[in-house]
Amino acid sequence: MRIFKIIAIIALFIFSSTLNLDAQCKAFAKKVCLPELGSYTHDGNYHAAVLVEGEEAELYKTFYSDKDYRVAICGEDKLPNVEFRILDANKNVLYSNKDSDFAPTWDFKLQSSQQLKLVVKVSSFNQSGDTPASGCVSIMFGFKVKK
Amino acid sequence: MNKKYGLNLGFLMVFLLFAFIISGCKSGGDKAAKDDETINVPKDNAAIYEDIKQAEKIFNALPSPLESAMLIKSAGARFDDALLNPIGNVNNYATNKSMALNLGIYTCDLSFASLYEQTQLIIDYMNAAKKMADGLGILKAIEQSTIDRLEENINNSEVIMEIVSETFMNSNSYLEDNGQPAIAAMVLVGGWFEGLYISTQLVDMKDFNGNKLVGRIIDQKLSIDILFKLLESSKGNPAVDELMGQVNKLKTVFDKITITTSPIRPEFDQSSNTTILKSEVKTDMTPAVFQELAATVAEIRNTFVK
Repeated sequence: MRIFKIIAIIALFIFSSTLNLDAQCKAFAKKVCLPELGSYTHDGNYHAAVLVEGEEAELYKTFYSDKDYRVAICGEDKLPNVEFRILDANKNVLYSNKDSDFAPTWDFKLQSSQQLKLVVKVSSFNQSGDTPASGCVSIMFGFKVKK
Repeated sequence: MNKKYGLNLGFLMVFLLFAFIISGCKSGGDKAAKDDETINVPKDNAAIYEDIKQAEKIFNALPSPLESAMLIKSAGARFDDALLNPIGNVNNYATNKSMALNLGIYTCDLSFASLYEQTQLIIDYMNAAKKMADGLGILKAIEQSTIDRLEENINNSEVIMEIVSETFMNSNSYLEDNGQPAIAAMVLVGGWFEGLYISTQLVDMKDFNGNKLVGRIIDQKLSIDILFKLLESSKGNPAVDELMGQVNKLKTVFDKITITTSPIRPEFDQSSNTTILKSEVKTDMTPAVFQELAATVAEIRNTFVK
């Protein structure tokens, strides 16, 4: 019977630690990433995930003409730099924050509405032998509301 | 094997499997199909990184209800409360599907009322959204203190927008974090359809050509495949499958519209510290196609709010 208790404890640990990580991610998104939007109104959508060094995430979204947008991409401090690129439908890179010292935000506007792809990649510390770092990465969009 | 012992073992196996499935469902995005491939235990970190590189997460981001409402307002459309889903309907929604769709719909209506500073409607629609969120078991999405804060700041549009955005984020983050992506997707679908319904109903056919709102409606074609991918991640759920059929019907009409865009040229504007993505677009929606689109949207939306 002892083995069952151990298995049950491990299962409970896996379950509760996952819930805890998600709750942490939400708190991180609210406390750290939301303020990065500044005067832009957050659209209310939630995109966050626990990523490991070297891991990528993709996001597809339609952006509308003549609207002022800010995208904020934030990674927890324990993670290395978080790189993000914005690509058009033909996979042309329109922006990479690597060219701006891994800035967490980018302000942009479109002349005509487009569906764009956002690729987020957690860089690597490149320390072989170490356990890869993992942490929460949050993606948020804000727009300007004109009165 | 002892029968009691066998049952315990079975229970534990199911429990373990459940725990692993739940933990695998999380992280806020859809795992790409390649995640399902077998990954051998790597011998060094280089191999770990190589395997990790394959573990992509994909987010399909539909416009939120707040963004949909903002697009209608910025197109210069008028406010018409007759187009909103009456709050008297709240007691009609008893299934998870109807509550999820109408959480999105009421949030869009709430956003619409907020942008047009319709003070009483803001309170009413926040209460309607709260009822849907409570029905779905979304804890702390919209608390009484939120409603009180809304009432205290009823004439402060900035704070109202902040509250609407925050409550919506509370709902969708709760659903994502608690392994309910199908419900989260349905909330977004409801909000998106409501925005499209209100837009199509507000178009004045006498002022069709060059109408900014018509342009915004055409733009929604760009989100149809995102909508499909979002629902596809919960394929097999009967409610989602039914929605996919309805979205497919709408896609058939959107397919009659052509959007041609020139290559995008990014230009940095130093004065505003903003990058402008320049490109030209050509579209060809006829009044007849628009009317077909408006009728299809109304038909689908009416199945959501009935």
